[in-house]
Order: sequence, then C-alpha cells, then structure tokens
Amino acid sequence: MRKHVWVSIFLLVTFGALGWLFFVNQGTADLRPFRFGLDLVGGTELVFRADTSDITDRAEAMAVLKEVVERRVNIFGVSEPLVQTEHAGFASGLNDDRLIVELPGVSDTEEAKRLIGKTPMLEFLLVKPDAETVLNDNQETELALNDIFISVGLTGQYLSHARVEFNPTTGAPIIGIEFNALGKDLFAKITREHKGERLAIVLDGEMLSAPVIQDEIRDGNAQITGAFTGDEAKALARDLNYGALPVPITFSSSQTIGASLGDVSLAAGVRAGLIGFIALSLFLILWYRLPGLVSVAALCLYTILSLVIFKLIPVTLTAAGIAGFILSVGMAVDANILIFERAKEEKRKGKNDMEAFHEGFHRAWLSIRDSNISSIITAIILFWLGTSAVKGFALTLGIGVLVSMITAISVSRTFLFAIYDRS
Amino acid sequence: MIVVKYRKIWYSLSTILIAASLFAVFAYGFNISIDFKGGAITEARYDARPDKGLIESRIQNLDIGGFSVRPSGENNYIIRTKELSDEEKTKLLTALEASSIERQNTVGPTAGSELKGKAIKAIVVVVAMIVLFITFAFRKVSLPAGRQGGLPSSWKYGLSTVIALAHDVIIPTGIFVFLGHYLGIEIDLLFVTGLLAILGYSVHDTIVVFDRVRENLRLNQEHNTREDFETTVGRSVQQTFGRSINTSLTIFITLLALYFFGPAATEHFALLLILGIIIGTYSSIFVASPLLVTFYKLQKPVK
Repeated sequence: MRKHVWVSIFLLVTFGALGWLFFVNQGTADLRPFRFGLDLVGGTELVFRADTSDITDRAEAMAVLKEVVERRVNIFGVSEPLVQTEHAGFASGLNDDRLIVELPGVSDTEEAKRLIGKTPMLEFLLVKPDAETVLNDNQETELALNDIFISVGLTGQYLSHARVEFNPTTGAPIIGIEFNALGKDLFAKITREHKGERLAIVLDGEMLSAPVIQDEIRDGNAQITGAFTGDEAKALARDLNYGALPVPITFSSSQTIGASLGDVSLAAGVRAGLIGFIALSLFLILWYRLPGLVSVAALCLYTILSLVIFKLIPVTLTAAGIAGFILSVGMAVDANILIFERAKEEKRKGKNDMEAFHEGFHRAWLSIRDSNISSIITAIILFWLGTSAVKGFALTLGIGVLVSMITAISVSRTFLFAIYDRS
Repeated sequence: MIVVKYRKIWYSLSTILIAASLFAVFAYGFNISIDFKGGAITEARYDARPDKGLIESRIQNLDIGGFSVRPSGENNYIIRTKELSDEEKTKLLTALEASSIERQNTVGPTAGSELKGKAIKAIVVVVAMIVLFITFAFRKVSLPAGRQGGLPSSWKYGLSTVIALAHDVIIPTGIFVFLGHYLGIEIDLLFVTGLLAILGYSVHDTIVVFDRVRENLRLNQEHNTREDFETTVGRSVQQTFGRSINTSLTIFITLLALYFFGPAATEHFALLLILGIIIGTYSSIFVASPLLVTFYKLQKPVK
C-alpha cells in the first residue's frame, strides 16, 4: 500500500513546517515564546509591607497572609510564583513584617499589584461605647480605627465560606459568611461577652455596618449588609472565598530578580538535553538499526509537538515541569522499544518484517495503553491536588504522555509500514 | 527462572535496603533546605556588580550550607542562606565586599506546610487510584482459575505494584538522607519533584512486566496449556527482560547527560532520578513479579 508512504511524507512535511514556524523562523517563533519559570529565567520581585502592629500572633498571621496571597496570585494564572514572608529588624529591634511576591518572566506587575492589593481585608471590631461622642467631637479630623473601635482578633482569616444571599424582606443582596471552627468559637465568645454592644464589620478600613449584638451566636454564621449592588456582592463573596487578608498590606517596592537556579541553568539544561537526545538516538539506531532510526524520527516529531503545545497553552516551564517532560520522553522511548522487542520476538518465530511489526504493534499496545493510563491518572491527581511545583510537573507529564501515545502508535507505525510494506 | 526461584534473596536484599533507608531517615533525619525551613535574606548593593560565580565561590568557602545568589535590580545581589549566627553574618558580610547592605532579614519557607499536607494527600490518592486501576485493568487474570486452580486475583497485582512503588521511593530517599548526613546534600523542592517522577516511572515499568504475565495467562488458557503460575511469571519476566534493560538504559543515558552536562543546580536532581530508574527497573523484575508468586503460594493451601 502506498498510503503509508504518502502519510509519512505528509507527517514529515507538516511537522517540519511546525518546527520551522514555532522554533526557527524568528518572526513567527517569537509570537509564541516559551514561558519560563522563576527558577530558570527569574522575574519580578514585589515587596509588600504588612502592618502587624495590632497582632499578637505575628508569625501565624504572616503564615496566613502568605497562603492567601499565594492563592490570589495563582488564580490569575501565574504559574509557580514564589511567596515568602520576611521579617526585618532583628538588629534594630523594630518589628517590620514584609511579604515577598516573585512573579516569573516579565509579567505585568501593575496588574499583579492591583490584584494582590484587591485582596479584601475583613475585620470585626467592637464599637467603643463612647464612639459617638468621639465622632461628634472630631468631625473635622481624620480618626484612626483605634479611636472608635476595639480589636477583638476576629478577622477574615477565620472565614470558611462566603456567599451572596438576599434579604427576605427588602430583596437587597447581602453576604452570608460562615466561620471556620476557630472562628466559630471566637465569634460565639465575642457575642456572649458583649451582648448589647455594637459589632462593626469593617471591610478594607471602611465600616459597612455595626449591628447590635442581640444574643450569643453559636453556629458561626453571620451576615454582612451594606449598600451593595448584586454584582458588587458577587465580587466581594468571590474575593472573600479566595481568602481575606489577616493583616493590611501596602505595596513597598518592586525590582527585577534573576533566576533562582542561576542564569546559566537554562542554557546548560538545553545543552544537556541535546546531548542526551543525541546519545539516546545513537543508542536506538545502533541497537535497532532501521527501526531505531524510525523511532528517532518519531521522537523528533514527538518533541516538536509537545513543545508546540507548551508554547500554545502556554505552559510555564520550570525545572519541575522539565522533569515531567523528561519522564514522558522516557515513556515515549519505552513505547517504541516495547514494539521493537515484540517485533523481534515475532521475527524469531519466522515471520517476515511486515508481519512481525504488525504483530509487534498489536501485542505491545495493551501494555503501552495500560502503563500510560496509569501515568495519566497520576498526572491528573497531582495536578488537581498538588501545589505549584507539583502542578507544573503533572501538567507537562500529562501532556507528554498523551502526545507520546499518539506518536508512538500512529507515527512510528506509519513510518515503519511505509518502509517495510512492499506488497 | 532465577528471578522467581531465588526470590528470597531479592526480598532479603530489598528488605535490608529499605530497613537501612528507614533507619537513616529516623537516625539522621532530613537535611531540609531553605525551601522548607526559611532562613536569612541578604541584599548587597555594588557600584559595579561583580561576577556571580565569584560571589558564589566565596560563599561556598564559608561552609554555611545551601544558598542561592540571584541578581536583583541594576546592581544588587540577593542572597538566601540558612538562618545565620552573628559570627556567620559577619563572615558573610565580609565575603560579599558590597558597597552597602540593603537588607539582612529573616525569611519564611517558600514551600510551606501547605505543600507538605497537599503532597501527602495527593500521593495517597494516587496510590489508591493506581490500585483501583490495576485491579480493573487486570480483572480477567484470575478467570482461567477453573482450569489452573486459584490464580491470584487482580487486586494482588495492584498491591504488588504499590509495594514496588514504596520500595522505589523509600530507597532513593534513604540514600539521599545518607548523602545529606555525610555530604551535606539537601532535600529541596526539586527532590520532591524527583520522587514524583520516580513514582510515575516505577508504576509504568511494573505494569509493562505484569502485562506480559496477563498475556501469557490468557494464551495458556486459549491453547489449553497447563503451566505453573511460577513458571508463567518467570517466563514473562524473561520475555520482557530485553525491553526493561533497553528502556532503562536509554533513560539512564539521557539522565547521565543531564548529570554531567546539565546545570549544577540540577546535579542532585539528576542523581536522584538515576537512582530511581535503576531501583525502579530492579523492583519491577526482582520484587513486584516474585511478589505475585508469593501471593499465589500464600493463598494456595486454601484450595
């Protein structure tokens, strides 16, 4: 059949063109550049100052802050950011807490600053009994929160969930919030001990409402009322669900930062990858001869296709991601070796080349399928449950295995049949 | 087949290695890097930024464990180290020869407790799903039972895979803890990724060998051949031997290239993967497959 010959030519031309468009031709290749992570090319460092002056458990508040901001950065699609707490002043004795946020590549730092800054800061504060007199006396002057409110340690950090609800009588949107176990106890304690006082709900330094505490609330549910539109309420509930800041933060500085694994890592890694690929190709060709050469061609197509997909999605390539890719290359090679070894066995039974490869593909398919399905299951679970570095690994592994199943089976098969089918 | 026949030797070898690894973990503990425990951050300003290699070699000479030097802004370097004593701090500042020190503060871990919890949860789910998947994919292996008498059911294939998986993750970890104790190699984020890659490879490799057992059982049934389960497993291992060696050789070659020609930062990572490939290939042949026979023998008296 000439069909395999034509399909092979078509595949080679198509992938050659893809490779040229995406990697060689400057004009088109640069349209879709690779995205590299902080560890390989560096990025931008943003430093935020956290106001922990009112906080008793500084370390805990900073740990929560780190988690919230990390989640926040992750939702706008930055892959593998680095978020780290910094504590200054063990020399000066002054407490100065900061948060370092590093974003890979030349990210849009303004956008990042804005989004991190938009993380809501929710506080529940007791209104001082003399608040009204203080307010009346100081109508002209700016008042600090401390002048009218007493901190009771209840903040958005104890939130477990927020959702939009509607006031049954007026139909106005309100936010229903639920505290986590710790928050529930704290809320019950506050409402028990301060019956009859006002508890103000303060969002980003602005008081939304200050209802009078009627009775102890044990179930950890509360409502935030305010002059929201439906959309505002929805946005606020969403932001609260991604996490509320335990302490207020202000932007302090930003600067570029080099790669965490060193600036030469990427070049050295690419060089090592090329040497590895050549060594592996030599091995396959020397051991399996013509079929080996075919598998090297299939591997080239495999690599091109995977890298094109990495560019298109785009996948941020980090050391972890590249590890996932290397593993998937190994599995792609394995698929070819499985087929060839099977074909060899069939040949020893006296079959001709064509029959042997037919049988080889047929027999090897089950083990390729099942071993790859197990890898895909692993990749999906790690992507779903893992944190950033684990996710990066899982993503490239998953893509790599999927692509390898296609190329090992269809591409190698087409090439081999084109060569051996002389009927 | 010697692999199955002398399985007690392989079991003993693996048990000794696992015991030694666990001992190393409990006796020495993990030499964890600043990724997990935080440390100190120092920002040095220069009038003209010196070569990064120079700074690195000077800090290396101070012998203060793992560190990272990263250019920042126009003329600065940011250096992350472990938590430093006053004396070490002075030594570091002298070594940097900076025009001024912008900041010298303590930093928290970059990979916090969240990572640990999530990674453990993810691995537990992965292991559970692999057992379920293998139980499903190999569900027909015990069907010829009527003819051959009590073949192991498919969940035992899953269990063997997971035992081999634990084997493949524990031993390289033990070796790294050992190296950490004597050579100061640290357990960092890359190490965690490396273990995940080993996990993936281990399962993949074991399934390929088991697939051959599955196929031979089916062929025996179709051709009405009577064969000992032990012989079937031995034959399957023998038939996949060439493939196992060649596959691990190709990956081994690639990793060697990464080890020798790759960036210094991923040297330990490449070493970890090389260990994982060797141990993973070994365990599919010498641990997982004989385990099938052992499980078979365990259930036999019930017949």
